[in-house]
Amino acid sequence: MSDRLPGFSTLAVHAGAQPDPTTGARATPIYQTTSFVFNDADHAASLFGLQAFGNIYTRIGNPTNAVLEERVAALEGGTAALAVASGHAAQVVVLQQLLQPGDEFIAARKLYGGSINQFTHAFKSFGWNVVWADPDDIASFERAVTPRTKAIFIESIANPAGSITDIEAISTVARKAGVPLIVDNTLASPYLIRPIDHGADIVVHSLTKFLGGHGNSLGGIIVDAGTFDWSTGGKYPMLSEPRPEYHGIRLQETFGNFAFAIACRVLGLRDLGPALSPFNAFMILTGIETLPLRMQKHCDNAKAVAEFLAGHPAVASVSYAGLPSDKYNQLARKYAPKGAGAVFTFSLKGGYDAGVNLVSKLQLFSHLANVGDTRSLVIHPASTTHSQLDDAAKIKSGAGPDVVRLSVGIEDKEDLIADLEQALGA
Amino acid sequence: MMNHDAYPDNYIRGILNGVKSIAMVGASPVNVRPSYFAFKYLAQRGYDMIPVNPGHVGKELLGKPFIASLSDIGGPVDMIDIFRNSSHIMPVVEEALTLDPLPKVIWMQLGARDDAAAARAESVGIKVVMNRCPKIEYGRLSSEISWMGVNSRTLSSKRAPAPTQGMRLSLNRMSVGGGTTTASDRAAKNKSEQS
Repeated sequence: MSDRLPGFSTLAVHAGAQPDPTTGARATPIYQTTSFVFNDADHAASLFGLQAFGNIYTRIGNPTNAVLEERVAALEGGTAALAVASGHAAQVVVLQQLLQPGDEFIAARKLYGGSINQFTHAFKSFGWNVVWADPDDIASFERAVTPRTKAIFIESIANPAGSITDIEAISTVARKAGVPLIVDNTLASPYLIRPIDHGADIVVHSLTKFLGGHGNSLGGIIVDAGTFDWSTGGKYPMLSEPRPEYHGIRLQETFGNFAFAIACRVLGLRDLGPALSPFNAFMILTGIETLPLRMQKHCDNAKAVAEFLAGHPAVASVSYAGLPSDKYNQLARKYAPKGAGAVFTFSLKGGYDAGVNLVSKLQLFSHLANVGDTRSLVIHPASTTHSQLDDAAKIKSGAGPDVVRLSVGIEDKEDLIADLEQALGA
Repeated sequence: MMNHDAYPDNYIRGILNGVKSIAMVGASPVNVRPSYFAFKYLAQRGYDMIPVNPGHVGKELLGKPFIASLSDIGGPVDMIDIFRNSSHIMPVVEEALTLDPLPKVIWMQLGARDDAAAARAESVGIKVVMNRCPKIEYGRLSSEISWMGVNSRTLSSKRAPAPTQGMRLSLNRMSVGGGTTTASDRAAKNKSEQS
């Protein structure tokens, strides 16, 4: 057994999965069961006490979900992962381990509108206070740090405009502040960007998007980079202090460099309950097997579509980091050399009405609120995903009234361009 | 000299495949302490376990009598697993170096590291592992730990038997580079250099 080094595509197919020990099934079986029998009372007690490896109840862990978790951990270069019901659930579970009521976290202002909403309103009721910073102004993150800051949250490729975040610069701020950097890597996927290589301590995903990739199953995941020392200063008691619900176990001491993933599982998922269905885990795993192929095609198509739009007389501007003229092109070359993703925005000279007109005339692009599907998608963020923001916040997050967002699929690019051409033309 | 910041899987695999008896210094009878469940797991996986803790002589740990010190083992032992803080490592290593025959391996538990003690052991041909847990490493290389969503950093296309009580598991899976946890190793190195 030599320590040979398989590549990303091999991991996308194999990591976490092996033939089923009982049946020899080669595809990962769907373990559609709520619970798992114990060998005896001692085995049950060992499992409940976190002393043995094994399965108890699908709200805490499931063998199909475990394959998904290991696969994404391997693709991201993390020590462990935890799959949950959605990307939003991942964010709740992560912050529950880090923040006490009255604490703060700093978040990039350019985020998925649903996250802005969750952070601003839902988390406020938990006493978790978001402080906004501008990802184009690194100093704004430094200025936002206070003694109550417990984490920094950014997107690697930011929704909706596909702008690229300088992960390394913000990770330097996080390190100096002594707090973990959480990176939502949904729009990049680990095929384009591995945030842990650039200083992220925790990576979250909506698996619903490019990882699952087919627009058929919701899911979310949390990846532990194993890089953060939770033991210092009593700042993160969920990890450093004895846990009364587990007879006084200290998670960091016991689980070392994957303690955060364990905390998310045994303190977050167990008690908050957003478990992922094993069926969804199976669908997402199947999607991940082709991630490298799909993601490259998504990016190549997106670049062709962006170039077409940039040259069209009805288009006022295109915001796609893969275009040499784009303000994020330098960052895209550094962080995402294989492609700048497939979600971006453009604005029409005809403003809001032209946007509505375009959406109604498109025949291949589907008008819906998702991204990262095999199918090409279109939406008007100002009236949908970002509609709950006020006008100033819409513009700051890149979702002004004249902006249209595309998620470019894996169809033939000529057909996508022809569809846009006919819809823009008349 | 072994690089103690990032062990090749083959090094750990060779140790866990090779040793049969393990004396655990600092083994605790308290069933929520990590040493207790590492002891129990390694016993279940077929290792001959010896609990060493002067505070519990006269008692047993899972049927094995506690002994006060390594010199009370009374026979050869393959590996010493030290469940003590970094500051208490050196005296244990010094005692281990008086054993005849010498142990093949000295293992320091997760969070414990003493480079000077490691160098002394290595100078007489003893293999050293620091800041790792043998339970976690066994679970990782066998992929049993995968039940918990942990990145085992190994692959296999072979059908393994379902694990049962007391079964030794195969550790001979393919190790993977793309899935390595380099960032985690680097963080551990920075931490040990600061302390």
